[in-house]
Amino acid sequence: MVAKITVDKLTVNFDGLAAVKDLSLTVEENEILGVIGPANSGKTSFLKTLNRLNDLYPNSRTTGRVLLDHDDIFCRKEIQELRRRVGIVFAMPLPLPLSIFDNIAYGPRLHGVKNKARLTEIVEKSLMAAAIWDEVKNRLETSAFKLSGGQQQRLCIARTLAVEPEVILYDEPCSGLDPISTLKVEEAMRRLRQNYTQILVTNNVKQAARVSSRTAFFLMGEMVEIDETSRLFTTPKDKRTEDYITGRFG
Amino acid sequence: MRDTKRTEKIAFALLLAATIVVVTPVLIIFVLILFRGLPAITSEFIFAMPREGMRAGGIFPAIVGTIYLTFGTALCSIPLGILAAVYLNEYAQKNWLTRVIELAIINLAGVPSIVYGLFGLSLFVAFLGFGSSLIAGSLTLAIMTLPVIITSTREALSAVPKSFREVSFSLGASRWQTVRYVVLPNAIPGILTGTILGMSRAAGETAPILFTVAAFYLPRLPQSMYDQAMVLPYHIYVLSTQVPNVSVKIQYGTVLVLVLMVFVLNIVASYIRAKFRKKKTW
Repeated sequence: MVAKITVDKLTVNFDGLAAVKDLSLTVEENEILGVIGPANSGKTSFLKTLNRLNDLYPNSRTTGRVLLDHDDIFCRKEIQELRRRVGIVFAMPLPLPLSIFDNIAYGPRLHGVKNKARLTEIVEKSLMAAAIWDEVKNRLETSAFKLSGGQQQRLCIARTLAVEPEVILYDEPCSGLDPISTLKVEEAMRRLRQNYTQILVTNNVKQAARVSSRTAFFLMGEMVEIDETSRLFTTPKDKRTEDYITGRFG
Repeated sequence: MRDTKRTEKIAFALLLAATIVVVTPVLIIFVLILFRGLPAITSEFIFAMPREGMRAGGIFPAIVGTIYLTFGTALCSIPLGILAAVYLNEYAQKNWLTRVIELAIINLAGVPSIVYGLFGLSLFVAFLGFGSSLIAGSLTLAIMTLPVIITSTREALSAVPKSFREVSFSLGASRWQTVRYVVLPNAIPGILTGTILGMSRAAGETAPILFTVAAFYLPRLPQSMYDQAMVLPYHIYVLSTQVPNVSVKIQYGTVLVLVLMVFVLNIVASYIRAKFRKKKTW
């Protein structure tokens, strides 16, 4: 296995309060790494470090090293290029107030794709990869807000795919979705395994068990345990992990 | 139970009374102007030069002067105000300097308009040597309306959800791309409404133009931006206090024209707001 992302002694502070403490782990190429843990365990802060979205919050401070293919992401001047390579899908479906087509084409257009035929091709390919093409192919010009929540979230996945990232981060992507839509989103993730490295932060322990190849358990900003999903869920090494996954926590 | 009903009735009566007290004077003023001014409105009144020391003829140069002046003000203040607001809202870091600037802008909106007039007189008319001219008047009014435009533009920008920006950044957009393609398109209705209202306020001001552009009596159209011009608000002041024996009809007619011009601007602003609100999907 090849390491895609290497995190070394990462600490993230907000107003001096540590959200992530001294975190070290590696994410392997083409795996789905599940990250579970209760609220305020630092999952989202960890995720938003990887494409430097935390930079948008002026009260955040980050120390430590994160390597993406051996390049330190904090040394890079080209933050836009980093965010193109490391895409994110947010907790709430967040379509832009544009048509379905323009939502997907937004990213490629930013990066200089103007040719209409090329854009059409990208839009179609991305929507197919996110398993939503059949549902929207006849109404690409309608507003993305007309879609259901589950469709909107898959649209957001397609929008992330459209800029051809290498890594996709999911921040509790199914927290607002019904079980059927959740299944469809998970199905899309499984199909993307061939070409992408994916990190799935989720509040839903069962979802991590269903989808991820390895799973990490976060608690109070620290990583308690990381292991193959099958092993972590059957024979956890740490008592706290066992308590959490069996629902005995707190 | 009966008590709640009674307080409800009292509250209703009080609120209604307050509304009536507020609305009545406005209505009376408008009806009065309309009935006394309407007979004066003829095509000659609108399109002819004043004659006989402004006691007869039309108010054409004052109408044209007001239009020129408002356009000049818009030209100077709208781009500048919007750019400054975008900088303050989207780019500037939150530190003591930006807080001081914000406070200054809020305070500038409260400065009496005669102070702007004197400022314009000393800077544009005297120091920069524009003399009493359309450009000096436009710049003075522009400075006066800038705080209004900056404040309303910032409100419109802040109303665009933060999540839209985050999505844009997450797809690799630069700050400018995010502003250009996500923030501005969604803020434009609010920006337009605010700026048009700012312009309508500028069109009706008297004190700032008193020393910077307004001509007492000039029965020809301004030829360049360095010319003086007649302007409606000042013309009304002149007709009602400086020239003896002007017929009431002409005075009210002039007032009616100014009120209608400002009214049209306000209606345009409301129309834009209503139109975009229907289209708004979030």
